[in-house]
Amino acid sequence: MPSRSQEPRVAGWGRQFVPGRELFSEDLERASKGAHLLRGLGRSYGDASLPAPGCPDVLTTTLADRVLRLTDDGVLRAEAGLSLRALNRLTLHRGLFVPVTPGTQFVTLGGMVASDVHGKRHHVAGTIGRHVRALRMRVADGRIVECSPETHADLFWATIGGMGLTGAILEVELQLERTPSPWIYQEMTKHGDLDSLLAALEEGSRNWPMTVAWIDCVTRGRAMGRGILFVGRWAEAHESPPEPPRWGEASIPVPFEAPNWAISPPTVRAFNTAYYHKQLRSKVQGFVSPETFFYPLDVIADWNLGYGSSGLTQHQAVIPRQAGPQGVRALLERLTALSAASPLCVLKDCGEQGQGLLSFPRPGTSIAIDMPVRSGTAAAVAQLNEVVIEYGGRIYLTKDQFTSAADFRAMEPRLDDFMDVRRRWDPELRFRSAQSVRLFGDSPFATGT
Amino acid sequence: MQYVFVGATRGMGRALARRMVARGDTLFLLGRDAEGLDRCATDLRARAGREDAVVGVGALDLLQPDGFGPAVDAAVAALGSVDGFVVSAGLFAPGPALEADLALAERVLRANFTGTILLCEHARRHLLPSKGQLVVFSSVAGDRGRKPIAIYGASKAGLSHYLESVDHRFAADGLRVLTVKPGFVRTAMTAGLPEPPFAGEPDAVAKRVLAAMDAGKPVVYAPAIWALVMLVIRLLPRFVMRRVGF
Ligand SMILES: Cc1cc2nc3c(=O)[nH]c(=O)nc-3n(C[C@H](O)[C@H](O)[C@H](O)COP(=O)(O)OP(=O)(O)OC[C@H]3O[C@@H](n4cnc5c(N)ncnc54)[C@H](O)[C@@H]3O)c2cc1C
Ligand SMILES: NC(=O)c1ccc[n+]([C@@H]2O[C@H](COP(=O)([O-])OP(=O)(O)OC[C@H]3O[C@@H](n4cnc5c(N)ncnc54)[C@H](OP(=O)(O)O)[C@@H]3O)[C@@H](O)[C@H]2O)c1
Repeated sequence: MPSRSQEPRVAGWGRQFVPGRELFSEDLERASKGAHLLRGLGRSYGDASLPAPGCPDVLTTTLADRVLRLTDDGVLRAEAGLSLRALNRLTLHRGLFVPVTPGTQFVTLGGMVASDVHGKRHHVAGTIGRHVRALRMRVADGRIVECSPETHADLFWATIGGMGLTGAILEVELQLERTPSPWIYQEMTKHGDLDSLLAALEEGSRNWPMTVAWIDCVTRGRAMGRGILFVGRWAEAHESPPEPPRWGEASIPVPFEAPNWAISPPTVRAFNTAYYHKQLRSKVQGFVSPETFFYPLDVIADWNLGYGSSGLTQHQAVIPRQAGPQGVRALLERLTALSAASPLCVLKDCGEQGQGLLSFPRPGTSIAIDMPVRSGTAAAVAQLNEVVIEYGGRIYLTKDQFTSAADFRAMEPRLDDFMDVRRRWDPELRFRSAQSVRLFGDSPFATGT
Repeated sequence: MQYVFVGATRGMGRALARRMVARGDTLFLLGRDAEGLDRCATDLRARAGREDAVVGVGALDLLQPDGFGPAVDAAVAALGSVDGFVVSAGLFAPGPALEADLALAERVLRANFTGTILLCEHARRHLLPSKGQLVVFSSVAGDRGRKPIAIYGASKAGLSHYLESVDHRFAADGLRVLTVKPGFVRTAMTAGLPEPPFAGEPDAVAKRVLAAMDAGKPVVYAPAIWALVMLVIRLLPRFVMRRVGF
């Protein structure tokens, strides 16, 4: 959450603080004049939403959350600070829903676009970028431009997944989807090892529009990679419960920062074993609310405090389909050997690559691993990245904090094309972040800019 | 129910207006920024899914009392009849800024005290016949003289005093007056200020204010804990207040 404590510092979801000051305004158009970086709800784990060294100010969009248009056929136009949670509350009872949602609803439209988020439906719906009709932006020379796949398409596709580096997104126009009911039909199945889990995920994706798997990332040996597969679809009106689902008013806060040992190999092993065996039957099915299905973690507000004062990071990589299951196996073997993971590990099969120049997903398997930050975390990330590079994969910038610039280069042949467009719109690279200084070769600001 | 709303463009007012249209109320918005009002009206209509969530917008600047009469008359005429007025508009600046800039201090005093009170006088004329409700945002800053908020606090103390008197005077005639006393709430008004304990969110304040409106309460603190905080602060002896920093 944005920190407004006396000491001016900011952090992403992983709670790695840097000196920084959040500016808040309802009037993004005015406030974005001269801005170097915007941020939404700060749910990116790493340093994507953190100011570049030398210029501490970052403009937070959350007060700019007006809905400017919402039509019956599902065209939504809103200011970039609108949260997905607020949007869902507006749309679900009207039979509309975002076609793509990440695993938390505490994100803003601007953040969703800048990260080109994907969700449980990636194999059928792609990333959010596919559903964005237009963006209103303030670009580096001070102009306000409307861009879309038809107008200023270069700017548009560089902004989709461009991590805030192409300009300030002021407004987002999205095409929402019709839903047959406000309920999800879900099935959960247990799988005792990695091969059966991967096979089930692949099979699930052929038959279901929504898939994701929880994977045990600490158990070694035969049961390595055991997990639970979740598949689902929107329930049809005739089969779903008659009453609308209740939308949670508030979530349970974590009252204090946990001690740093709270998430360590023994506690994680105990948790994972309990979680895996909690579901006794090999298959469970039923109707659940979209909130339960899409946002299980949102039940606990600020759960990142559970990682203690040293915070957390996530390593999310996609291993291309060509690499086959051995790519995922290699990554998992590396990970279990490192004993670095927390209970939160998620597998997702990815469909076609989107058009965003730096969009993360590509056909293959995505594996996301939350890790408590320790002294060896950068080294652990480097080890994981070695496997990712070997199998031709790449990492998700919105989660990253510890990848080296050299490793990023090795994974990202698209970087030059992105930088060409970025320079066309922003020759002096006014828009910069801590992440772009770390990974894209941007320089820190001369102090006082 | 039909309300005239002054201050729906930002902050707690925006949150309250959203909750009001979501439950079916109809609003007429008054404010000083025409474009901001239009965008706000669009937002409220889209969220409510009703064109009549906002029946119109009009110009009103708290610093220009000459305009109050015509603006309020036009708003009430557009609504047809009026069940309440909500005034969440207000101006704030930290103590040192006001002490350093007396022109700014004058604007704060005029907006929060003279302007808001004269506006309430216009509202009262329309509300008495309909036994309507006057909902006005004052502040916990008006509850006790405190070091960091002498000028702003004085403007709100005067406003609270007025609202209490109006309640005493007209309650028997059916006028309901609700004085809203927010504590520290995270809006653009307070962005960048050091955050005290018990900071609140605008939507949570809005929810509490709406409940107080429905219950016909005369005073509501929001977040609720501030009622207790201010009780303690009011009881602190002067020698303590001279020493502490809040
Ligand atoms: C529990 C959890 C689950 C998640 N699950 C998923 C998932 O399933 N799929 C997925 O894709 N992601 C997932 N994420 C990541 C999350 O969706 C992204 O990090 C998203 O960008 C966060 O949105 P935000 O509003 O918090 O943006 P921030 O974190 O504040 O910012 C993210 C990036 O967007 C830029 N940005 C934000 N607003 C603007 C703007 N108005 N103009 C220009 N740039 C802007 C920032 O500069 C930054 O680079 C998850 C995160 C969490 C914490
Ligand atoms: N935030 C707090 O912690 C806090 C604490 C105690 C009391 N309060 C009081 O609660 C009320 C709402 O505060 P907030 O934090 O929600 O404020 P805010 O976000 O700053 O919004 C203030 C509102 O007042 C309007 N306004 C300001 N000056 C005006 C003028 N001269 N004429 C007409 N409208 C004017 C603004 O309209 P524009 O869009 O035109 O700017 C805006 O709608 C205020 O009365 C404030 O004093 C706030």
